[in-house]
Amino acid sequence: MNDRVKVAIIGPGNIGTDLMYKILRSRYMDLVLMTGIKADSDGLALAAKEGVATSLKGIDAILENEHVRIVFESTGAKPHAKHAPLLKEAGKIAVDLTPAAVGPYVVPYVNLHEHLDKPNVNMVTCGGQATTPIVAAISKVCRVRYAEIVATIASKSAGPGTRQNIDEFTQTTAKGLEVLGKAEKGKAIIILNPAEPPIIMRDTIYALVDDPDEDAVRRSVAEMVAKVQNYVPGYRLKVEPYVDADKVTTMIEVEGAGDYLPKYSGNLDIMTAAACAVGEVFAEKLLREQGAVA
Amino acid sequence: MDNHKDLSIKKRKVAIIDTTLRDGQHAMAHQFLPEQMAAVAAALDDAGVGTIEVSHGDGLAGSSIQYGFAAATDGEYLEAVSKAIKKSKLGILLLPGIGTQKDLEMAREHGAEAARVATHCTEADIGEQHIQLARELGMRPIGVLMMTHMVEPPKLVEQAKIMEAAGAELVYLMDSAGAMLPPDVKARIEALKSALGVEIGFHAHNNLSMAVGNTLAAVEAGADSVDGTLRGLGAGAGNAQLEVLIGVLQKLGVETGVNFYKVMDAAEQVVEPIMPRAQVINNDSLMLGYAGVYSSFLLHARRAAKRFDVDIRDVMVELGERKTVGGQEDMIIDVAIEMAKRVKP
Repeated sequence: MNDRVKVAIIGPGNIGTDLMYKILRSRYMDLVLMTGIKADSDGLALAAKEGVATSLKGIDAILENEHVRIVFESTGAKPHAKHAPLLKEAGKIAVDLTPAAVGPYVVPYVNLHEHLDKPNVNMVTCGGQATTPIVAAISKVCRVRYAEIVATIASKSAGPGTRQNIDEFTQTTAKGLEVLGKAEKGKAIIILNPAEPPIIMRDTIYALVDDPDEDAVRRSVAEMVAKVQNYVPGYRLKVEPYVDADKVTTMIEVEGAGDYLPKYSGNLDIMTAAACAVGEVFAEKLLREQGAVA
Repeated sequence: MDNHKDLSIKKRKVAIIDTTLRDGQHAMAHQFLPEQMAAVAAALDDAGVGTIEVSHGDGLAGSSIQYGFAAATDGEYLEAVSKAIKKSKLGILLLPGIGTQKDLEMAREHGAEAARVATHCTEADIGEQHIQLARELGMRPIGVLMMTHMVEPPKLVEQAKIMEAAGAELVYLMDSAGAMLPPDVKARIEALKSALGVEIGFHAHNNLSMAVGNTLAAVEAGADSVDGTLRGLGAGAGNAQLEVLIGVLQKLGVETGVNFYKVMDAAEQVVEPIMPRAQVINNDSLMLGYAGVYSSFLLHARRAAKRFDVDIRDVMVELGERKTVGGQEDMIIDVAIEMAKRVKP
């Protein structure tokens, strides 16, 4: 398997473990190492079962491995802020799934192509991955003065990290709507719903726009949904965009692939699926540079 | 009043939080003007109301497409009210997931002295940071559990304890859907009173015409603080009508510190002239209480039912069955569109 790029995951929690299964199916990436710091990690045990080398030495094990070119980090904001400069120095590309946001926000098919020269990219938030493509699609056909999204997720899919940092979600997602979605102003709201059985992640996207052409908006959004479906098969348009005066409303839902996390947690699945897609594009580029792919 | 002297609540002190300028925003479609708020607040202050809550109906930063844009910014409202009051404390409401810690800091700068941090009744831990920050900023930290008809008392105790541990000095239960009956209120307040060391509060909605009765049940069960709004102005069929509640509590000998005549005057002379419609229980708001749906869905459901030509009562029942929680106004549109498709595929 020398024709694939060697990659590693640091942070073998729910996200890291789900990501592992996605990378194991990838075309251009070879997962050679998964590291953590806790001995009783289910994620590390599952990695070992899949034949992936594991280590409890966290970042050190990754820095010691010169073959690893891309590192996915799913620890937390504070550890990643520490690890980012070390990874950069070691010449490894970091795909950051934490809220640290050391590098620029990236979303596949929205702006990833602008940042393929960066040593570190950040995956925004689950709400950002789910909604900025839609806002970007609307921005493509009309001026978006204001975009607002409401993300509703199952209580069970929100871990302590999300719960203790809920402001981070609203603030980062709102910024993502502006930076990635090209809205002049963004606002994000998150709601946790404890219903049983757990609800699938759903997002409502509103936009206040100039001179909306409903057909053009519908076409542009449909094209974007098809693109996102390439890496998140459970990403669906729930309510097609419709226009009331200058307001566009549309809704999507995200069902997870059920790799490690349950299907209702589409909010987590879209993060790991997008990170995997980002890694794939970086890996393909690295291979092209070394002449391995045409 | 002698016939009431055997009641154990005689001479008890109960604190009052007025939410005309917060829950009332729902009934006003968030179009209160800062000067109107100042006039209402001045009248409440003169009547001796302890705390006056001012915010968008959905809390600070609630101004949005989802909930409705407000006529002024949070800062403008708070500034106007803070200048108009002398003795009353200025309070705010914040729903984590909508407002953030930055909004709390902003409110403090504009003179807020009490902060209510509200979460759905099973999600208290998303508000821990905000409760802690309110305390650090010198505001009285108050925890609020919403939609409390949806779970049983033990769950509420577990969640209220999270807020208590985070530093809340008072924990409120809100009957956000106006779906409870007095025995439901009694069981919940009693459970919290016996399990927690901090004060306990209750906030009612009148969708089943139970707001004052439920509030009385809460007081009898030991509630230390209760909410009301002038003329009942609030989401759905409104809240416990403050001037009525004060009269009722006075008859029972409960001390609230609020002057009965002055609070009546505030309702009739200051609030009534600016109300867009009388606060009554119509069929739509009755359905909220019956189906257990968040009261602020009312005006949004009316608009969606009209836009997509479906029966609002069916929309309410479906929203109840889907176990929607506070803030999910977008689900109203989703439900209405699905129903419209079923009717004319």
